[in-house]
Amino acid sequence: MASRAADLLTLTPQGLYCPAGDFHVDPLRPVERALVTHGHSDHARFGHGHVMATRETLAIMAIRYGEDFARSTQEAVLGEVVRVGDVTVTFVPAGHVLGSAQIVIEQGGHGSSCRLVVSGDYKRGRDPTCLPYEPVACDVFITEATFGLPVFRHPDVRDEVAKLLQSVRLFPERAHIVGAYALGKAQRVMALLREAGYDEPIWLHGAMERLTDYYRSEGIALGETPKVAAADRASLKGAIVICPPSSIQDVWARRFPDPVTAFASGWMRVRARARQKGVELPLVISDHCDWDDLCRSILETQAEEVWVTHGQEDALVHWCRSRGIRAKPLHLLGYGDEEAGEADEALADATPAEAEA
Amino acid sequence: MNRFAGLIDRVGYEPRRNAKIRLLADYFRTTPDPERGFALAALTGALTFRHAKPGIIRGLAMERTDPVLFRLSRDYVGDTSETIALIWRAPDPRPPHAEAAAAGSPRSTADDGASFEASLREAPQDEDAGGRAAIGHNHPPADGPLLSEVVEGLTHAGKAELPALIASWLDALDETGRWALLKLITGELRIGVSARLAKTAVASLGEGIAPDDVEQVWHGLAPPYLDLFAWVEGRGERPESIDPAPFRPPMLAHPVEDEDFAKLDAADFRAEWKWDGIRLQAVAGRDGDGETVRRIYSRTGEDVSAAFPDLVEALDFDGALDGELLIVREGRVESFNVLQQRLNRKTVTPKMLTEFPAHLRVYDLLVLDGEDLRERPYDERRRLLEDLVARLGEPRIDLSPQIPFASWDDLAAARADPASAGAGPDADAIEGCMLKRADSPYLPGRPKGPWWKWKRDPYLVDAVMMYAQRGSGKRSSFYSDYTFGCWRDGESGPELVPVGKAYFGFTDAELLKLDRFVRNHTTQRFGPVREVAYGPDRGLVLEVAFEGIQRSARHKSGVAMRFPRINRIRWDKPAGEADRLDALERILSKGETEMHPTGGAGP
Ligand SMILES: [Zn+2]
Repeated sequence: MASRAADLLTLTPQGLYCPAGDFHVDPLRPVERALVTHGHSDHARFGHGHVMATRETLAIMAIRYGEDFARSTQEAVLGEVVRVGDVTVTFVPAGHVLGSAQIVIEQGGHGSSCRLVVSGDYKRGRDPTCLPYEPVACDVFITEATFGLPVFRHPDVRDEVAKLLQSVRLFPERAHIVGAYALGKAQRVMALLREAGYDEPIWLHGAMERLTDYYRSEGIALGETPKVAAADRASLKGAIVICPPSSIQDVWARRFPDPVTAFASGWMRVRARARQKGVELPLVISDHCDWDDLCRSILETQAEEVWVTHGQEDALVHWCRSRGIRAKPLHLLGYGDEEAGEADEALADATPAEAEA
Repeated sequence: MNRFAGLIDRVGYEPRRNAKIRLLADYFRTTPDPERGFALAALTGALTFRHAKPGIIRGLAMERTDPVLFRLSRDYVGDTSETIALIWRAPDPRPPHAEAAAAGSPRSTADDGASFEASLREAPQDEDAGGRAAIGHNHPPADGPLLSEVVEGLTHAGKAELPALIASWLDALDETGRWALLKLITGELRIGVSARLAKTAVASLGEGIAPDDVEQVWHGLAPPYLDLFAWVEGRGERPESIDPAPFRPPMLAHPVEDEDFAKLDAADFRAEWKWDGIRLQAVAGRDGDGETVRRIYSRTGEDVSAAFPDLVEALDFDGALDGELLIVREGRVESFNVLQQRLNRKTVTPKMLTEFPAHLRVYDLLVLDGEDLRERPYDERRRLLEDLVARLGEPRIDLSPQIPFASWDDLAAARADPASAGAGPDADAIEGCMLKRADSPYLPGRPKGPWWKWKRDPYLVDAVMMYAQRGSGKRSSFYSDYTFGCWRDGESGPELVPVGKAYFGFTDAELLKLDRFVRNHTTQRFGPVREVAYGPDRGLVLEVAFEGIQRSARHKSGVAMRFPRINRIRWDKPAGEADRLDALERILSKGETEMHPTGGAGP
């Protein structure tokens, strides 16, 4: 089975490639035919010939790169088995961000089929803004390992949101600046704040606006989310402001009243990481699986073999092997920097006055 | 314990002093006795546990974790206690079958009876409504140990019982709780809160109670400080200090500015040298059993007796002295550089005691033979002090002399040249004058008017900015730490060599300009550090003020500045006209001391 899987999905300089279907999955460079798991800029890149993805992912790519981000597109309906060349593919919810999907690739008929699942990024934690992850039984499970160390066990997100709200109560004269990835994390934080009963406006950095509007148009309740105008900043005492991670230490953030710097990320679990970023209120809210969920997911797929695309590969591969599951790291460089593209967006969005200040 | 953990977690990330006080005060206000009292004890360093050692914790962690995963995790996290706190796994009390029904069955598989290891079971996300009670995944039972139970246990449990006790606490706490517990046990509770700050927060609970009022009663108190909280909250009497050798908050001076002298009459004041040492308070008294208790406190009330056994044994009196720690060799006061060498040593060795003999040069007497003298005028205290020092006849304790003067001009002359004004060879250890009103009582804190400090003018040098680094805390978005250099002759003509680093001395408005300069003139980036453009015809000149200079093998330039700060930004001055390294060498050659911070003897 292993050798057959290795033929079904190979590693090329552009990323994972399926020769029988002649397509790449989340290619790192422009290719002729791409299947895309989700809209984060490290997985969904500009300039492919043909892109197949969920309706939401295609919409997100259009928002980020413009309508002409690819020559042609094809909407993947969740759960629908579609033939591509000599294989079939199925998109299944991954629970990572709106529209995110795992991609199931299957070849062969009765008794001799081989099924691979490319998880993309995924999580099992609560998220009111996207469909939950669904485990898929398979022969080979291709997983990420962003938080693939046993020190990463994400806390209950409600406790983290409560921490933010408690700080807002204790420091009503200060603005709370929350760094969050513009796609997914930002909207999840907004939705969680609403669930916790927070009904004040949640102020947004300009770079958050279009994607937040898109989430709202998909029927996700986020409440009132005005965009921060440069002139408003000094008056936003006691406000919660959400901005891209790159902006929390930026000139832009200085104009708020005595800002409290918060950052919503799984990395905030490690103190040195939080300190390094100058974060004063770390919020451990992640859109990736923690260690327990990675292990649980691997077991649930009943895969005989696990390939680890990126992240803390060594620990997860060690864990698999110690449980008799064949495993190998793929060392795919280029994934894991969801922030990269967004930093540029934040920059592009800053008004000239802000860039000057 | 969880509340305490939440507090120290939050405070540890908070850079602002006032916000720290608010967080602490909020905790003290909303946490019942005796929990808050033990928290106060932990924050002020009043807790030590005899048997609880880091080794126990490592042993426990090893029993429960895969060594490869532990090593990878430790390498990633960088801190052993934190790694253990994060990796620790409580045994799952749920029977293995309890969750098989709850776990989502894999899509399109024939067999959903997959048997998963119990230790990996976890409630899936959709089972949300009542799912928070699940144990093991950050949902510890609400009844984790109280801080008071932990303190009690760590204090009284025997060596053999400790591992099981600690393990049971770790099982019951969440990540932050475990981290706090481990930090408490290993004595590494460093979260940027001084004892003084914690006491300030306690004082803020009361009406009209100053931090110094808390300081006054502090040494008579013991955890969990029920009487202290009762007093600040207006429910009880002021606790009586029963410590025979308590710390008393020192009186501090304001810097005097040139224009102040017009309002001050020289006849109202006495003058003393301002010594470039370390301010100490030396206290001795008899306890209830007639035993003499001797203590040396730092200016902030820390008991530093252990570092100065040679001075402690000289405290043969009943009272409280205010003075300066100096190193005196062969009757001569050594410079601060030499004192620094003693202060840098972690442990006290007999060799160090002979090589760097500690000396106390006293200038005030707060208490004598049970009588509090602080209300008495300076002149009267001074007379009693002179008598006491003469009576002691102790070579390690002497009197800080007064400087005779009739007018401010006289004093200015003395300050400009202490060696000819009576200080003789001790002049190198003098950093200015102190002015004290003859009638001034000894008042805690920094009252404006009775005492002034008139510091020697700092040294100045014009240097060129070479690198800038982001600051910390509130200034983390600014390039606010500047490395600057002076010219020297290099292989291929004049070159700049870094001579120091400064991160204050400028106003907020100047910081904005400096920050903009850095951003607009960056030539290279190294992580948080930026190199800026510099050279004979480009670059920014900074006028740097500093208090002294010493040789340093660790610095490329061979010298290290003491207390450097930005005095002025010379936007006008061409970088080529900044000072040469020789200017610093000249200052150095005036001082006699060859300084080897690495501890070796001079050549
Ligand atoms: Zn992603």
